[in-house]
Amino acid sequence: MPFPDRIERTVQIGRPPDQVWAALTTAEGLAAWFGNEATIELRPGGSARMRWTGGETAEMRVERVEEPRVFGFTWHIFGLPEDDPRRTYVEFTLEPSGSGTRLTVVESGFAQLPEDAYRKAYDGNTQGWASELGELVAYLDAA
Amino acid sequence: MPPDIEAIAEHVFTALADPTRRAILAALAAAGPATATDLAGRLPITRQAIAKHLALLAEAGLVTAEPGERRRVRYRLRSAPMQVAQQFLAALARDWDGPLSALQDHLGQSAGGPSTAA
Repeated sequence: MPFPDRIERTVQIGRPPDQVWAALTTAEGLAAWFGNEATIELRPGGSARMRWTGGETAEMRVERVEEPRVFGFTWHIFGLPEDDPRRTYVEFTLEPSGSGTRLTVVESGFAQLPEDAYRKAYDGNTQGWASELGELVAYLDAA
Repeated sequence: MPPDIEAIAEHVFTALADPTRRAILAALAAAGPATATDLAGRLPITRQAIAKHLALLAEAGLVTAEPGERRRVRYRLRSAPMQVAQQFLAALARDWDGPLSALQDHLGQSAGGPSTAA
């Protein structure tokens, strides 16, 4: 059973790369097909945010901006708790293809696991809430 | 990535495939560490069956046994293996097909003509 780390899809779009680029990297574009509302600061390190009518939101950090060929960002892994630090990297690659664009999206990093998570997963001697609650009690006692 | 990550995920999914073990893990997640007797009082399962499943879960590293009150063994859920399995589910739950179809539709319509998407 392979543990999937990477998801890849390629689609053909009948519009030139500059139009696809605008759909991927502008607030208007993203809001039209991905989120219901979007904001984006288009520079490496910039932040982007999408919101859906159901109330879900996605916070992204822009990583690569090479107009009109490569757009990359990281975001929180969908389905993991809000405070989980793990993030995946999403990269869109646009290639001219006939009168349109060949668009590839790769999302990678699903199988990443921080070093301490490996340790915790194997270590039978977990502390967890017992020690955290113990620390809280010690803190309150000292106050 | 160490190959053992798959073994960890497999333990989690095997545990979750059984309704009694699901009930035990859910009870430990919801209300914290408990003894086999506590769980037998809360779940419609015999204490013997609970003890058997707890032993199996402890062996798989999904619960850990610790000394409780009155010298009874208490079982605590171990979240680390669940976090490993969560990543597997996250990859399966990630949907790009829907958004990419929406993108094709959007660009097909926005420029006023039909998309030539393959």
